[in-house]
Amino acid sequence: MSGWGILARVMAGFALVFLIAPLLVIVPLSFNAEPFFTFTDKMLAFDPEGYSTRWYRAILDDTVWREALLNSLVIGGFATLLATVLGTLAAMGLARGDVPFKGAIMGLVISPMITPVVIAATGMYFFYSNLGITQTHLGLIVAHAALGAPFVVITVTASLTGYDWNLTRAGASLGANPATTFFRVTLPLILPGVISGALFAFATSFDEVVTVLFLGGPEQVTIPRKMWSGIREQISPAILAAATLLIIVAAGLLVVVEWLRRRGERMQVRAR
Amino acid sequence: MLSEDAIATARQSSRGLLLTLPLLAFIAVFFAAPIGAMLWRSVSNPMPASMMPLTVAALSDWDAKALPGEAAFAALVEDLRSLKREDAAKLGAALNFDFGGLNSLIRKTAREAAKLTPLFAESLVKLDKSWGNQAVWAAIAAGTQNLTAKNYLAALDMRYGPDLSVQAVPQRDAIYLMLFGRTAWVALLVTVLCLILGYPLAWLLANAGPKTAGLLMILLLLPFWTSLLVRTTAWIAILQSQGVVNDSLVFLGLVDDKDRIQLVYNMTGTLVAMTQVLLPFMVLPLYAVMKTIPPVYLRAASSMGARPFTGFWRVYLPLTMPGVAAGGLLVFILAVGYYITPALVGGPSGQLISNLIAYHVQQSLNWGLAAALSTVLLGAVIALYLVFNKVAGADRLRFG
Repeated sequence: MSGWGILARVMAGFALVFLIAPLLVIVPLSFNAEPFFTFTDKMLAFDPEGYSTRWYRAILDDTVWREALLNSLVIGGFATLLATVLGTLAAMGLARGDVPFKGAIMGLVISPMITPVVIAATGMYFFYSNLGITQTHLGLIVAHAALGAPFVVITVTASLTGYDWNLTRAGASLGANPATTFFRVTLPLILPGVISGALFAFATSFDEVVTVLFLGGPEQVTIPRKMWSGIREQISPAILAAATLLIIVAAGLLVVVEWLRRRGERMQVRAR
Repeated sequence: MLSEDAIATARQSSRGLLLTLPLLAFIAVFFAAPIGAMLWRSVSNPMPASMMPLTVAALSDWDAKALPGEAAFAALVEDLRSLKREDAAKLGAALNFDFGGLNSLIRKTAREAAKLTPLFAESLVKLDKSWGNQAVWAAIAAGTQNLTAKNYLAALDMRYGPDLSVQAVPQRDAIYLMLFGRTAWVALLVTVLCLILGYPLAWLLANAGPKTAGLLMILLLLPFWTSLLVRTTAWIAILQSQGVVNDSLVFLGLVDDKDRIQLVYNMTGTLVAMTQVLLPFMVLPLYAVMKTIPPVYLRAASSMGARPFTGFWRVYLPLTMPGVAAGGLLVFILAVGYYITPALVGGPSGQLISNLIAYHVQQSLNWGLAAALSTVLLGAVIALYLVFNKVAGADRLRFG
């Protein structure tokens, strides 16, 4: 191996450590027996007394954290449903040959992904208060659905590139109406893409704090909102316990999405 | 006559359009329209004029070369007499953005307006000598325009002077150009850091065996899927003065316990945390391009006598340029709009333009200026996206 190859590997290794180290630091710190945000001497000596699960008990027993979880799940769930239905429909439309104004449509559909979220949240704050849906779950569901829909469109469009449209024609020629053809023929084949998109949309909502800060009221405190105030006010290891649980959620989402992606790739290879 | 095929194709593409309509309508109503209406606030300013109709009329032919005449003073008193107390407060607050001190001046004058007697040009100045200041009248004339450019002037560190000409604001108040510059600079630095770290990582991913690549991919994607707030919290734990980095440096004797390095709540914290958060957005497009480059190209280069570095520089790097462009533009686009990370780990010196927009929306309530700053930022993002679309295509936005 040349010197350049070794240098590249060292750099890549450093990049990986840089990426993953923050997550690795959080996990042991969340078991801190002391109300500190740093490693204590006992922790460094691997003294069992230095470790404790008190912060996990603290957040699991805290009704505020439980309500925050419920809010996150309700808002994220409905936002995902809305984003997935609208996004899948749009992707089906965009995948069909020459749709007029495709570039412009794609630009509008993608816009929530690239617009700085502060700008979106500010606009929503004024507009939604005219509609009377600020400080409601509905307002946040709609806002998060708009932010998550582009991910659904992109993943479903990608899974449709391997789809054989003759199957749809076959369904139609056998007398099925378009809806039946979609649910019985197309959807089962593109399901991995649809679920991946839905998980992306859910993760977007589950991690979103800016629109919650701008649009939400005291009834809409979500997990990220709770973490935001925790980081700004006093940092206690309880935040780190919540963070560790969120890392586990992320790992779960990642495993499912990767599994779906590989399954999708295998199915496309088989279809060819 | 259209052929049957043509009719079928036309029907299909119109059905395709139909299927996109629900999402388009949804995004138009709940996303695009709110932003459009907000941006409109940067030029639309109907409230002050509606509260001072007589003053606006009296000042309409004022040349701003000297104080306006008695008619304008009388119109002002008449307008303020007919204002309710809370409306005077609203008007004062709105005009105060254009000229500090106008809030209290308007309120005080509205309170005393009933007692004032002609000549108003004298009694007003007697009430408060500010009314004898031409700059105050210029601020009112500029602040009562229905369609105004004042917010864009403010966003570019300019304002209307006492003679209503455009002038630069005093040095100590000039912050927005500096902030736009800082935002662009931070975004550029983060992009370069992501490229330096991401290029070798993407190369390793693309050239490792399938088992190793799978493992590396998981190490790359786990942080990508992890909550932004979690990662920002982690950086606070690592970088704070009692954090992992400082503790290690003190333990190793490289830094004295008393002068631990300030790594967070400043620009360093913003740069480090943003680079980690955005790194996957650089690696994934690079990896997608590198995966398509056959290793034989490099072998061909070396078989013809190129040294490894020459082979990389002349063959590999040019082939990966589409990935560099896509990843770099994507990271830059996301970085210029960053809000959460600078707000949490940036401290005063690490704030970016998004944080100022949020400040004007939530705290100073100068919504016109917030809208003008947003318009400038969004314009830059859209321009960059158009470039991205040209060099990479929208489907490069696919992750995972």
